[in-house]
Amino acid sequence: MIEVNELTKRYGGKTAVDQLSFTVRPGRVTGFLGPNGAGKSTTLRMILGLDAPTAGTATVGGVPFRSHPRGLRHVGALLDAGQVHGGRSAVAHLSALARSNGIPRRRVDDVLHEVGLAEAANRRIGGFSLGMKQRLGVATALLGDPPVLMFDEPVNGMDPEGVLWVRRLFRRLAAEGRTVFLSSHLMSEMENTADDLVVIGRGRLIAAEPLRDFAARGTRRGVVVGTPRAAELAAALTAAGASVEPEGSADTERLVVTGLPADRIGALAFEKGIRLDELTTRTASLESAFMELTADSTEYQAGQAR
Amino acid sequence: MTTLAPVPRTTSVAGPPARSRDLFAAEWIKTRSLRSTPWTIALTVLFVIGSAAVASMTDDATVPGPAGFRHYDAYPPAGYWTLILIASSMGALGVVSEYGSGLIRVTTVAVPARGSVVLAKAAVTAVLWTAVGTIASLGSFLVSQAVLAGRHAAVPITHPGVFRAVAASALLAPVCALVGLGLGVLLRHAAATMVTGVFVLLMLPTMFAESDRWSADVKHALVSAAWKRLIETWEPDPASLAYTATVSGSWIVYALWPLLTVALAVLVVRRRDV
Repeated sequence: MIEVNELTKRYGGKTAVDQLSFTVRPGRVTGFLGPNGAGKSTTLRMILGLDAPTAGTATVGGVPFRSHPRGLRHVGALLDAGQVHGGRSAVAHLSALARSNGIPRRRVDDVLHEVGLAEAANRRIGGFSLGMKQRLGVATALLGDPPVLMFDEPVNGMDPEGVLWVRRLFRRLAAEGRTVFLSSHLMSEMENTADDLVVIGRGRLIAAEPLRDFAARGTRRGVVVGTPRAAELAAALTAAGASVEPEGSADTERLVVTGLPADRIGALAFEKGIRLDELTTRTASLESAFMELTADSTEYQAGQAR
Repeated sequence: MTTLAPVPRTTSVAGPPARSRDLFAAEWIKTRSLRSTPWTIALTVLFVIGSAAVASMTDDATVPGPAGFRHYDAYPPAGYWTLILIASSMGALGVVSEYGSGLIRVTTVAVPARGSVVLAKAAVTAVLWTAVGTIASLGSFLVSQAVLAGRHAAVPITHPGVFRAVAASALLAPVCALVGLGLGVLLRHAAATMVTGVFVLLMLPTMFAESDRWSADVKHALVSAAWKRLIETWEPDPASLAYTATVSGSWIVYALWPLLTVALAVLVVRRRDV
């Protein structure tokens, strides 16, 4: 269990994490989502006691992580797969970590086997692909058989087979009763893995709820209708009890209709003799919910300044 | 509800007690597992002993009377300044490379007791470089005396002051390696650490002459000046106008530099974000 309470981190005048509070429960996979620069990595570092919070607290299993003299049996973490020395072999890297925590040497072979790196165990890490380094990072996290696991962008650089593997691993770790906390900026990844979501933007909490509830918040459900006679159709649809909004700017010829299914809209347009260029039912998706909720809190945005 | 109830974990989280011995062993694995470590050490020892051989072979001076200890043959500056440079850089590299790659974060998650990690690194560095320094120092002495014996200018290790010179030259390596390690933790950047190490250990002493009291005091408080004093077996000439460092003072300088830099590193590492 990870508990974050009013956590705040300021660097000079810039607030990276702003009064963040949430709980990550055991036995579930919890996704930690936010656009780039939202403060995800800073939050993870504070949970791990690497960075001291400006205010607030973060505890793992009820105590600040830094209070443990040795950490691997309490929390396994993969922050960045590049945090290795390229000159060492995978075995040497893991052996040093295992030894520092009094973990038996055979556990190193076990985790290397588990992540599929048994063959590459004695090769220098410098020659590893990013996907292999990610696997080594996962092996590092598993080394102490910890009840809490944290992964920062774990699927970066993995091939499709690797992504499937790591997804199954996360599910299995959660099923074993462990707390699994994954950060990502990829919504689609969460859709397939997470039970719960913690969503942040610009260091502030946007949502902390089960994934299903979050997806349902995607408000742009409805039917998209494209027609050259938008105003006329809008009036007819409103009369039939639907609510109609122009999509995007007001002069567009596309409407978003809620309250009427696509077949009824089509029938109505046919009766009025209005030509339709597009008729698309839009379902709520995690992606759209995410985009909508974080639209105002994106740190770095392409294109024009808003 | 189809959600699975959380399975209580049966494995104990306690584990064995946190032992410094394990941290030392872990840091030793890290040092040993880099191919550059044995190579650098072998080449350094070879160069240092070689410099003593060359200095002895080219020393044609004939001194009347019984043979005295020729420290400039056994411990020539060319070899030992190189030893200072390499030991301090290697000591620094052990920590700076972890900061550079971010490995320090992995290390700190594994061992949240940050001060203990610095102390374990310091212990491994001290042991390793004391061994390297001892081989280099004894090797330099034996090779130079073997060459000088041909000219009847050799002295045994029991000659007054010679053992002190051997010991001081052996300890020069761990002293500099530990100063490098301390600076590495404090500065974290490779280039900044190397430059500072070279400046403090090699360049700074040459800035200060021994003709003025204050200038001599500054010089004597620096590591390479202390080493120079400790390998000299003769007593200062009472007629000389220069201020000479004391032997005990030079030993204290030897002890204080690594102690202070490592202590400062431990203090800073506990308060700073990783």
